Amino acid sequence: MILVLPIILPLLFMVVLIFTRRWLAFQQGFSIFASIMLTFVSFLILIDVQQNGILAIQPGSWDAPYGITLVADLFSAIMMTTTSFVGIIVMIYSPGFIDKERQTAGYYPLVYGLLMGVNGAFITGDLFNLYVWYEVMLTSSFVLIALGGSAEQLRGSIKYVTINFVASIFFVSAIGILYGQVGTLNMADLAAKMRTWDEPMYINSALMLFFIAFSVKSALVPFFFWLPASYHTPPMAITALFAGTLTKVGVYTMFRFYSLFVVFDQQFWTIFILTLAGLTMFIGVLMAASQFDIRKILSFHIISQVGYMIMGLGIFTATGIAGAIFFTVHNMLSKTNTFLAGGLVYQQSGSYDLKYLGGLYKAKPFLALLFFIPAMSLAGIPPLPGFFGKFFLIKGGFEAQQYFITAVAILTGLFTLFSMVKIWNEAYWKKEPEEVKERGKVHPSALIATSLLAAAVILMGIFAGPVIDICLQAGEQIVNPEMYINAVLKR
Amino acid sequence: MLLLLAILVGVLYGAAVYLLLRRNIFKLILGLIFLGHATNMLLFVAGGLTSGRPAFLRGLEGEAIGMSDPLPQALILTAIVIGLGVTAFALTLVYRFYKVTKTVDFDELSENE
Repeated sequence: MILVLPIILPLLFMVVLIFTRRWLAFQQGFSIFASIMLTFVSFLILIDVQQNGILAIQPGSWDAPYGITLVADLFSAIMMTTTSFVGIIVMIYSPGFIDKERQTAGYYPLVYGLLMGVNGAFITGDLFNLYVWYEVMLTSSFVLIALGGSAEQLRGSIKYVTINFVASIFFVSAIGILYGQVGTLNMADLAAKMRTWDEPMYINSALMLFFIAFSVKSALVPFFFWLPASYHTPPMAITALFAGTLTKVGVYTMFRFYSLFVVFDQQFWTIFILTLAGLTMFIGVLMAASQFDIRKILSFHIISQVGYMIMGLGIFTATGIAGAIFFTVHNMLSKTNTFLAGGLVYQQSGSYDLKYLGGLYKAKPFLALLFFIPAMSLAGIPPLPGFFGKFFLIKGGFEAQQYFITAVAILTGLFTLFSMVKIWNEAYWKKEPEEVKERGKVHPSALIATSLLAAAVILMGIFAGPVIDICLQAGEQIVNPEMYINAVLKR
Repeated sequence: MLLLLAILVGVLYGAAVYLLLRRNIFKLILGLIFLGHATNMLLFVAGGLTSGRPAFLRGLEGEAIGMSDPLPQALILTAIVIGLGVTAFALTLVYRFYKVTKTVDFDELSENE
């Protein structure tokens, strides 16, 4: 029954935090404790799944195709553990960064609402239930992004709410069409039925609607404009949380659906996904390189990195998927870390604009180091985890003989390095400009959180071997969907 | 009946897209509401229409075959509730936006600060 905990616990925490909204110190302490507990539970699930195979339970005691199933395979357990770890870091970071008004206005309960939605999306085995978890997650994120209500935030949130609502509509219509045709909502049951289906038309149209919905949510190429238009508006801690979790839920769902539901026209999907992956990583990184605001560079950069993850999906071999999973985990840590380091820059120098920044390497070498580690990891410099992720993706690409996308991935790596070096040069390396904004002080809790995350990035690079092993097992499970289907339907 | 409902779904989607493309942010919200309802109707039609057969049995006897399927209706109910919540939030957002910027024009959304 441990599988219900990742959903029940955040709900409980949320209730507690809502009723203690005015007691700031309690909120801060309790949410750190709660996120540690959540990570512990997710980690237990990860160990359990790794030893005993895919876990599936039926919480309502209705057997598999009728009730709502909760399933955890290795991929979902890995994603849950990483998400809740990012949660710890953000919870430590927030007291030092977010102003008191926002903190007492319900910031902490909302974060747990968000985590509940994310965890639910990771472990549900039911299509409509997945939609509900998506909405739980999105509604929390709607309020978080608008929390505080400055004009800039309101501008960002209107775009964010609209595009996500439209994407959800695509999602629900696809569920409706699929249910009308196949007559079940259990994902494993659907997958099993589709494998003996002889009418691909409706299924393909539903899959395309799903694909559009999730490519909006994970910011793939034609649908990415909302992300850099909204992510930079809330305070950095919130942006970092979004960057570390939200788009990755879209990516996760795409992996799950591709593995379970793509039974017709595999050739088409491979070419389609690889093309979009190449365009996404390349266009994302080019647009990142043309920006002058740290938050915007990093936001465009998220898009480029999603391209890498989707590339692993397009290759669809155990190595490729393992590379993509490893890359996703590394990205959740490193990307959050670069955002948090950007927040420290803001606290120190009072601006995100590269024009007003400079000389931080000389003034605060430790801050520079905290940005340098995740940035080099994202660029893929060897001892850091980004290198291993890209290495396995490229290895998978060569093995699957997808040379073109592999070449694009390598080229994009160069541009990534360029865009990271751009922030480094402008904010840390060059001389401090004449007209500086008001100087501030870095809050110790923000500094501790960022250092912890940077340490986690380094550790992931050092222990890349064991992590890759688990990712390879997870990749096997994704490539062989029968394991998932049999675990749920108990065959 | 099926044809009629299918046309209704199409008209609702058309109206929704038209409203989404207007310059006024309030009409954008109206468009979102239409979009939500169009999709609810789509779920209803796609789930299969059975006329004159209720979705429940009296007692435990009786045949389940030919009965109308209660699941799409349950799904629509959930979708309506979620849609209501999001719409309420979006309306509040637009109201706050109007209070802050004194306009509901889309041009105000672009960043020129």
